[in-house]
Amino acid sequence: MKGFSHRYCIVGVGQTPYGKVPGMSQLAHNVLAIRAAMADAGLTTNEVDGVLTKAPTSTFPMLWAPKVAEALRITPRVTGTLDQAGASNIGLIQYAISCLELGQANYIAISYGDNPRSGTRSTYARPRGDDALAGVFGAPSSYAMVARRHMYEYGTTHEQLANVAMTHRYHASMNPNAVFQDPITMDDYEHSRFVAEPFRLLDCCPVSDGGAAYIVTTEERAKDLAKAPVYVEGIGQGHPAWDFFRRDQLATSGAKVSGEGAFRTAGLGPEDIDFCEIYDCFTIVPLITLEEYGFCAKGEGGSLYEDGQTRLGGRLPVNTSGGLLSETGMPGTQLVVEAVRQLRGEGGPRQVAGAEVGLVSQQGGIMTTHSTMIVTKG
Amino acid sequence: MVDSAFAPFAELVPEASEETAPFWDGLAAGELRLQHCPACGSYQHPAESFCYACGSTDVAWEAVHGHGAVYSFIVVHQPYHAAFRDRLPYVVATVQLDEGPRMLGPIFDIDPAAVAIGMRVQPRIEPVSADRAALFFAPEG
Ligand SMILES: [Zn+2]
Repeated sequence: MKGFSHRYCIVGVGQTPYGKVPGMSQLAHNVLAIRAAMADAGLTTNEVDGVLTKAPTSTFPMLWAPKVAEALRITPRVTGTLDQAGASNIGLIQYAISCLELGQANYIAISYGDNPRSGTRSTYARPRGDDALAGVFGAPSSYAMVARRHMYEYGTTHEQLANVAMTHRYHASMNPNAVFQDPITMDDYEHSRFVAEPFRLLDCCPVSDGGAAYIVTTEERAKDLAKAPVYVEGIGQGHPAWDFFRRDQLATSGAKVSGEGAFRTAGLGPEDIDFCEIYDCFTIVPLITLEEYGFCAKGEGGSLYEDGQTRLGGRLPVNTSGGLLSETGMPGTQLVVEAVRQLRGEGGPRQVAGAEVGLVSQQGGIMTTHSTMIVTKG
Repeated sequence: MVDSAFAPFAELVPEASEETAPFWDGLAAGELRLQHCPACGSYQHPAESFCYACGSTDVAWEAVHGHGAVYSFIVVHQPYHAAFRDRLPYVVATVQLDEGPRMLGPIFDIDPAAVAIGMRVQPRIEPVSADRAALFFAPEG
């Protein structure tokens, strides 16, 4: 990555079961995902000296990363919890690399884990402040407002939104970890109930329990570990920040700015990307994200899906594990895990042939935050 | 007089703070009041103790006409709260006020198919309790 003295790698990935997982606490999802990532890398708790976390979504505990470290019996040199909602898990890699560059840690574990499905889902169900009186409760309503505006400005259609859901589900049908593995048709989509028009149920990701984690270190340390390293080639952030309905442009996201940062630090462009893992909490989001990255003209994201270019075997497979819509409704850590597996060739039936350069996109809030990472086989 | 159809909305009215009390008092008096900054001329919502645009702490309150255009809208089909249950499905609009701020609000008593981006709307203020009222929107005219 340009501007750094070393190259940095993801050397281990891990997860816990996704979906409805009774009997596992928030802490368990974090700790067991990190333990799985350490085992994947061939590392032990004696070597991991950094622990960074995204705060759980369903509750917001203070001093969360130190608590996760304690539960791993680690006294870390580097710790912290980032609050960028769904964009946090790439932002944390950026901070991990900064710590590694400064020589302040050797192996940094990054995790997210939560049990909003089996535990409390108060954050997901509660009307938000003044918005409650406006009849707008939670993320589906807000993203539906974004989708309507995108349809108005660019002519995006219901069929194109359906194609996002169908494509990601098709990929999930080849992923034994996915919450939803049954393929869906246009007829299934059109018969799923409206939630907040223009969204139907199949436009929305589920609320899932689960945890995912990865370990970041230097290229030099990566060489001695169990599996081939995956290189972090570029990273960027960009944050629209304002409450969604007050933004000048509602049908855009932070992907343009964060993508420019990632492409610039990687010295690569959209034409170099073999596959994408895109935050898809709702069907409209991958369309806007792909447009802002420059994979197509503004407003043409729906055509990418309709033409089959984003399906496995197409020009740019997107969300090879099923994404938030079908693999697990978690805020993005799992997308990094899938990108690493693809670059290692561990995708099984959903493996992208010749995958050498992947892009991971994450965003949080109502497209309030955004982060982008480009990863390669080195 | 509180129309019984609007009484269930009372429990959704948030607790007023020092900053937001003039907004809610305004609605109770039957008018939409927004914060206005004499220094830079901008209107803002929600209220704060300073101006988002220029940082001035000398912010005042003004009654506004509050008309505007629908910037985007959704049609909600889920009964998240009892107050909305009898109105399903209902329209919620992001309204671009002529004064500058955008606000969110339901448009009741309209066929969702009749709502379009760009449609002109105006405030519809309904008492929900003895001392509180809620802001909705309605087609202009
Ligand atoms: Zn001002």
